[in-house]
Amino acid sequence: MNLLKITDLQTHFVFHDIDNYRREARALNKVNLNLNRGEILGIVGETGAGKSLTAQSICGLLRPPAKVVGGSVLFLGKELLSLAEEDLNDIRGAEIGMVVQNPKSSLDPLTRIGDQLVRIHQTHTASAVSVARSKAIAMMHAVGIPDPEKRFSAWPHELSGGMAQRVLIAMALMNEPKLLIADEPTTGLDVTVQAQILELLKDLVRRFEMGTIIITHDLGIVAHYCDKVAVMFAGEIVEYGTVTDIFRRPGHPYTKQLLASTPEKLKLNEAGSLGGQPPDLFNLPEGCLSQDRCSLASDQCRTPPPVITLETGQTVRCHFALQ
Amino acid sequence: MRQPILQAKNLVKRFSVGRSSSYVNAVNGVDLTIHRGEILGMVGESGSGKSTIGRTLLRLTDPTEGLIEFDGRDITSLSAKELRPLRKDMQMVFQDPWSALNPRMKIGDLIAEPLRIHLKLSEPDLRDRTELLAKKVRLSTEFLNRTPSALSGGQLQRVCIARAIATNPKLIILDEPTSSLDLSVRAGILELLMELREETQAGFLFISHDLGTIKLISDTIAVLYLGRIVELVPKEALFNEPAHPYSQSLLSAHLPADLDAPIQRLILEGEIPSPIDLPSGCSFHTRCPAAVDVCKTATPEPELIAQNHHVSCLRLKDGGNILSRQQA
Repeated sequence: MNLLKITDLQTHFVFHDIDNYRREARALNKVNLNLNRGEILGIVGETGAGKSLTAQSICGLLRPPAKVVGGSVLFLGKELLSLAEEDLNDIRGAEIGMVVQNPKSSLDPLTRIGDQLVRIHQTHTASAVSVARSKAIAMMHAVGIPDPEKRFSAWPHELSGGMAQRVLIAMALMNEPKLLIADEPTTGLDVTVQAQILELLKDLVRRFEMGTIIITHDLGIVAHYCDKVAVMFAGEIVEYGTVTDIFRRPGHPYTKQLLASTPEKLKLNEAGSLGGQPPDLFNLPEGCLSQDRCSLASDQCRTPPPVITLETGQTVRCHFALQ
Repeated sequence: MRQPILQAKNLVKRFSVGRSSSYVNAVNGVDLTIHRGEILGMVGESGSGKSTIGRTLLRLTDPTEGLIEFDGRDITSLSAKELRPLRKDMQMVFQDPWSALNPRMKIGDLIAEPLRIHLKLSEPDLRDRTELLAKKVRLSTEFLNRTPSALSGGQLQRVCIARAIATNPKLIILDEPTSSLDLSVRAGILELLMELREETQAGFLFISHDLGTIKLISDTIAVLYLGRIVELVPKEALFNEPAHPYSQSLLSAHLPADLDAPIQRLILEGEIPSPIDLPSGCSFHTRCPAAVDVCKTATPEPELIAQNHHVSCLRLKDGGNILSRQQA
């Protein structure tokens, strides 16, 4: 059984204008993903592609106007989308851990960090304070916080960005989750600190056999830390497969563009330079969503592209996947 | 020999903190030269003083010590009024185009603003120049009548670049110009900058924390740590044989988006120390795997180790090369 199996997940933005005219935008369209234990999946895409929305849809953390309108999210065989809020609360923070991008704004500024760690443990287990405390200190140690006994009583404002991110990871891991979702876990951090955090994550994933989703826009992180990758564009997964297959032989023109625009591959002042905008979600084109930015686009692209499975096993949403 | 457009000698900038007598030592003795037609890349982590150097070089903040020479003229202590006629020759592009542009002005007026201030042009000339600039930065002229809210980040950054090149400056300082932009948009901006370098022969200082971008665009690279240049080096030399232990670890922390790129992880412990309490001696000694006792007391001076390749490290000859030591 897959740890996480997402089938045809659809999330829309639904709101009503001043004159009560209903407007609906297709923010996630038929997202399909699988994740096994001990596997790291990277989700990449530009701003607004739906990366974070996918994570929030999985955990039931969507806020209006975003709303899941279809599909299924099976976590260890359990349908998350139909769970009541209380039942979700039992899972979130326990079996599913989440690390978000802004560590400093995600910690309670009025509670010492040790107490925040103890709190998340006691919310989900009936352990005594002393047990939770030693667990918290062990976890702070595991994520590389120096001098955990002393840091236990530190306030969030006393921490640097890298330390705060470690605390957040420690919090996510306090209850030994089976699934960890890290949304841009290193974005605001310096490269040397980013390296520390990523090595730590990788090590913890192996040690606890967690399934992990890393949401990022940094293809370097995907290349060196992920097993599988999903490339998103305008709310759709346009390509999905193992990192090796996709980096070696990208099937979707957008993936090719994305890989070619990394500093390593970019050849300045050559034809085929990128540009353009993701489409307006309220005004999506008919058929393939990336047709305006694609050099292969033809009349055929006005019809919705099929999802083709290549011999490598990677799936590509494109009429010209094999070319 | 290339013609220098800006030279800084022993640049120091301290900011006082609160009422106490402590200081943030943002820049601690920087020497650098920017030549015409050259892109000098400046890379370092947050708190290394990159932005402060950029702002100080243009006299947007005043240096505490040191000398700044622009186009052969000492501008270190010129008054704001004396600087004004020089401003058209030195321009800056900032990281966040959303806050760099007045949201109530039309794009056309924003691009024309520097022309209005510095050059006395007739209205038709002004319009022509504005359109020409928009075309040069590959911005559709349809946008000239819109306000910034109608444009994307990449397009707004093009507007900022158009403003910067409007008066044909001799020096352009770009402070993280692509950091807030998506990968695909970033590529277009970098291409534009390369083109402008050829065309204008201005000197460029490109500040970024992203080694990939720096590698793509720079001719020479200055690696910064706690307000000091630890290595000043031609691009190829930095990526082939980085000499300073900090450059080596910075390079090894960088993740190229390429499966075949050899990565040798050399992970530093801890974080960059506070610039309020600078470590004594070599400021990198607290995190340097090669540090020995002498590094705690003596301050390294830049040494020329190859053509145009300067390194400030006390252990260059014996053990400073932490990469090869790890391999051994």
